[in-house]
Amino acid sequence: MKPIIDLINVDKSYGDLQALKGVSAQIMEGEFFSLLGPSGCGKTTLLRTIAGFEDLTDGVVLIDGKDMDGVPPNQRPANMVFQSYAIFPHLNVGENVAFGLRRKKMSILEKKEKVKEALKMVGLVGYENRSSHTLSGGQRQRVALARALILRPRVLLLDEPLSALDKKLREQMQTELRRLQRQVGITFILVTHDQEEALIMSDRIAVMFDGEIAQLDSPQELYSRPKTKEVANFIGIMNFLPAIASDAKDGLIKVKIPGLGDALIGEDQAPSGSIGTQIGIRPEMLTILLSDDQKAEKEVVGTVVEVNYYGDMSYYSIALDGVTEPLSVSMRNTAGRKVLEPNDKTRVGWGTESLILLD
Amino acid sequence: MKSGRFLTLFVWIYLLFLYLPVILLPLFAFNTGKIIAFPLKGFGFQWFYELAKIEALHTAVWTSLKIAIITSVLATILGMFASRAATRFSFPGKGPIMGLIMVPLVLPEIIVAVSLIVVLIKVMGLGLSIWTIILGHVLICVPFSIAILNGAFRSLDKSLEEASVDLGETKWTTFRLITLPLVMPGIISSLLISFVISLDEFIIAFFLTGSEPTLSVYIWGMLRFPGRIPAVMALGTIMLIVSLLLLTASEYFRRRGLRRSGVQDVGGFI
Amino acid sequence: MKKILKTEGANGLLLVSPTFIYAFLLLAVPIAAVVTFSFWTQNYLDLDTTFTLDNYRAAAQEPIYRVLLFRSLKISAIVTLATVILAFPIAYYISFFVPANRKALWIFLITVPFWTSYLLRIFLWKVILGYNGVLNSGLKGLGLIDEPLTFILYNMNAVVITLAHAWAPFAILPIYVVLEKIDRSLLEASYDLGESRLITFMRVTLPLALPGILAAAVIVFIPTIGDYVTPKLVGGPSGLMISNMIQLQFLKANNAPLGATLAILAMLAVVVTLALLWIFGKLLTWFNRNYFGILR
Repeated sequence: MKPIIDLINVDKSYGDLQALKGVSAQIMEGEFFSLLGPSGCGKTTLLRTIAGFEDLTDGVVLIDGKDMDGVPPNQRPANMVFQSYAIFPHLNVGENVAFGLRRKKMSILEKKEKVKEALKMVGLVGYENRSSHTLSGGQRQRVALARALILRPRVLLLDEPLSALDKKLREQMQTELRRLQRQVGITFILVTHDQEEALIMSDRIAVMFDGEIAQLDSPQELYSRPKTKEVANFIGIMNFLPAIASDAKDGLIKVKIPGLGDALIGEDQAPSGSIGTQIGIRPEMLTILLSDDQKAEKEVVGTVVEVNYYGDMSYYSIALDGVTEPLSVSMRNTAGRKVLEPNDKTRVGWGTESLILLD
Repeated sequence: MKSGRFLTLFVWIYLLFLYLPVILLPLFAFNTGKIIAFPLKGFGFQWFYELAKIEALHTAVWTSLKIAIITSVLATILGMFASRAATRFSFPGKGPIMGLIMVPLVLPEIIVAVSLIVVLIKVMGLGLSIWTIILGHVLICVPFSIAILNGAFRSLDKSLEEASVDLGETKWTTFRLITLPLVMPGIISSLLISFVISLDEFIIAFFLTGSEPTLSVYIWGMLRFPGRIPAVMALGTIMLIVSLLLLTASEYFRRRGLRRSGVQDVGGFI
Repeated sequence: MKKILKTEGANGLLLVSPTFIYAFLLLAVPIAAVVTFSFWTQNYLDLDTTFTLDNYRAAAQEPIYRVLLFRSLKISAIVTLATVILAFPIAYYISFFVPANRKALWIFLITVPFWTSYLLRIFLWKVILGYNGVLNSGLKGLGLIDEPLTFILYNMNAVVITLAHAWAPFAILPIYVVLEKIDRSLLEASYDLGESRLITFMRVTLPLALPGILAAAVIVFIPTIGDYVTPKLVGGPSGLMISNMIQLQFLKANNAPLGATLAILAMLAVVVTLALLWIFGKLLTWFNRNYFGILR
């Protein structure tokens, strides 16, 4: 895979406010890439910089190896799906989708064919003559997609396209977008603040805080091997326990976790090395050992403080001796599995593989 | 606080007070009696026929129309520049600049008239003509135009124009294909309101009129002659109906523009 | 340099410039010219451009100018008071009693009379209030009076009635806008906490509506000072106002500098009155807070 977009030390300031601070990254051709972060982190600004709606204060943006400095949005090989969808209200669906074809040399018949094709791709067959006002949120989004994709851009930029939709529709569209991207084969760059969404759809994710990329990795890597506490907290839920770490032989690191136990972890589990002071472990990596014959690599005894029932999962808050904060442990509610009550004592199992040592 | 019924009564009396003069116009325009007083004498069109015979009136009407049309076009164009600047950009000195442009709304017309006379006649030595009136009218119509166009531009989603550029159009073609059609109802509304304001305006026209009086100035002249009063009633009735039609059309277009962009509207263009 | 030209600020300034330049040349410059004129004198057909305060001295000394100026202020104040007080219940009614989908219609209806010829409306009041006018002939016909009422025309009363009518929409709209903005749940909260409707009105509605009421007062007061037509048509000798004198100086008496002086003085009077009004507004807020306020 070769890179289609190169961001080199991109800086963007609005007066005193620095929205982007030296952002560098490469986005590969054909991948589904997400910019993930809380509001105000600069992800939309970065997207608009690639689209050409924001000028750079410093740095370089290359698309297909060409420097985009001074190139206006209408001349870049990138098209954008706006957060509000920006469907032209005075044009019907067909005219909206065909909008970008106006300047292209082709016959009306050819244009009509292309529109038909584009609408078919997004699942809106026969909608050509519909008025824009009658469209639902999900339909508007598809029209916006069709309108951008009909121009066969090298890159499709999506600015929080699903945030305006309700939950069920959002989940549906997440799979739709993924499928569409694979079908069309072009690079998608998605901006979102919803980490679940990014995890589901992306090949790689750039997590951003405060104008900088904190970590750029695949969803699996981000989830299981977060490099900072911020990233760990942003993606999913993580338990944090204070720990004392020291170097051991063979490049391993020994960690002592008061209240939980000791462990030997590998280098890949400690992005900052043995100076880390916190151990992170995901709730689903801890197991409630209900019966005596259930065993785990390591065990500890705790008391149930609180139970939160979510239908398919239960989240237990378990207090351990010597640990101030209770641990969050999640268990699938499989058939017949006993659900514990507050004040029950239980054994909690864990493994060294699932530990992460962070600053 | 007044109880509901008391308030409602007050409201209706107030509305009667508001509309009283306006109702009188058609009432006495069709009244055959020569004196504007009760009891009514009879129903007739004679005053309207009398109007049709006055040559000078026709000239005045034509003058007023010329002025109103030119004023509405100029005011709307200037209004568009200012409104777009105000709603889309922030720039240094925006407050004072927009303040100056909008100040005619609260300035007594006599101040506007007086200052224009001072500059145009005494300082620049120009004669009075239709154009001096137009200059004054545009000055007072621009704030209204801006008020209406602000609503139109604000309801225009910024990303629509960005989307157009993203899909390959230039700034100019975007204006032509996207902005203009969506703002058009506001433009029409502005044209109509400016037209009505200019048509009815008296003070500036009175001060700045040359040899060609406008309709209002002509009416002022007519008021001196008691015998002409019923004809004035007839004229007023016609002007009332025309103004009403234009206003209703203006309001219709303003609302249509908002509806097209899917915006909620409460309480007019204020 | 190119980058500066591309900035939002530069674009904005460029865009607003045609309109701004127009307003500057035809409004700011002329008003400055008027100010300048007030310091010159008219020598029959020539303009004496030596700087002098003669005009201002004349204006201060000659009783007629003083009388006219104060009368104008007085009439404007009364008109403003009458108009705003009458306007408030209407605005209140539309905001609180009219269903939401009819509100725009009511506002439209309120403004319709305003859009007819100003001149004609004033004239019609003359017709209504006259000795043999509509009101008198109507009342006589109904047998309510024997002799026509004379106190309603060709004096100050007529001017007040006429202008209260003419400016009504100007007063209703700002108050309406402010009333609309009041969050209704604030009122519900007040009832919930035990206050009666009247007290809620005084403690919640009125203070929040105050900016709109003051705006209405300003919007009515300023043009009223400068009104020319109304005093001329219905004011009679005792109802003439300063702008009639200004017009006289400019046109008949050919004394533009004096006219300019009077215009400046009139505007200054307006500014001073507005400053006083602003102070009054602050006092009202203070009063309201301390006598009806929460920490009473």
